[in-house]
Amino acid sequence: MTKGGALPKGFERPSDSSSQEKYEEVKSSSKTITLRISKFNPEKDNTSTFLEFTVPYQRWTTVLDAILEVKSHHDHSIGVRYSCRQATCGSCGMIINGKPKLACFTKISELDSDVVTVEPMNNFPIIRDLTVGFERMFTTHKRIKPYIINEESETVGTKEFLQSPEDVEKYIQFSSCIKCGLCNSVCPTMATDSTFIGPQALAQAYRYIADNRDKGKDERLRIIDEPHGIWRCHFAGSCSQVCPKGVDPAMGIQLLRGYLLGYRK
Amino acid sequence: MRESHIMKIHYLTALIAVGFVIIHIMIRFTHGSFANSLEFESVIANYKSIPYAIVLEAMLILISVHGFNGLRIILLELKQGNAYENAVTYGCLTAMIALIAYGSRTIIMASMGMV
Repeated sequence: MTKGGALPKGFERPSDSSSQEKYEEVKSSSKTITLRISKFNPEKDNTSTFLEFTVPYQRWTTVLDAILEVKSHHDHSIGVRYSCRQATCGSCGMIINGKPKLACFTKISELDSDVVTVEPMNNFPIIRDLTVGFERMFTTHKRIKPYIINEESETVGTKEFLQSPEDVEKYIQFSSCIKCGLCNSVCPTMATDSTFIGPQALAQAYRYIADNRDKGKDERLRIIDEPHGIWRCHFAGSCSQVCPKGVDPAMGIQLLRGYLLGYRK
Repeated sequence: MRESHIMKIHYLTALIAVGFVIIHIMIRFTHGSFANSLEFESVIANYKSIPYAIVLEAMLILISVHGFNGLRIILLELKQGNAYENAVTYGCLTAMIALIAYGSRTIIMASMGMV
């Protein structure tokens, strides 16, 4: 763009009337989908029901945008948890057209379907509608001590824990976990074993064990080496398929088994 | 016993059992007629061969240990709770010992010509 001069050909600023026309054109060209939202209140209902709404969408509209559109204009009572809207907080995990995904990270246009069905995640207790309770996941996450265990500290004195890029490479993908619970929701063992530690916690156990600053390997291996621990994983691999952050919990679990079987030090 | 020790036994028994089953099948194909192998005299003759009786005893122990631990794992995944889990663990252990004892008795009796 030239300062104070004419815009290059094809980049002319539209006049007010043409701008309005463009807006009307976009509005009229916006497509609609049928959004089916699962409604369930455990205090009142015995089974879940689906409410259907017709929602307009654009190329960039996410499933969360559509749910919030419904919540703003059609049904304020819909229970949905969300926060960052950028796949960072891990709050808006739900089942979208049968697959666990983050609602804020799933564009409606990507789904290639005129009907979008949203349900709460499996393997979690439903609080209301699309909101589930994370207590079990947070409890198992805390159990594996998700922090560096080391008597020495970088914060006291001048000690510095140096790591080479190779050292970081061993665990860095596992540190991307946002605790959204999608891996736990799709795990077949979580569905039947109410005390299974789960892929999220196991992946985090590997994350800290593989960190060369950490000295808590034996402690963590003892925690996961129990009847409902790591050995109950059937290696379905679904956890790695659904992770929105590219974490591979199934691989972490296999690497942890290497430590326990003694072929990995 | 730590679960990792149990699982090491589980995997090892599976691997070794496969080896013994291969030996068992090889013997069946190489010794005598396959069609007559289930005749009473043929079966008793197998037990009277000490090396073959050892193969059968090893298969009995390996498959029982592996199988009953597998059953314990399946049952633990179906339902949880201390009382239930203890019942399953000790129940499977008892059943495994009983099966091995009964099978061993058969092998020993047959190999000593008591049947």
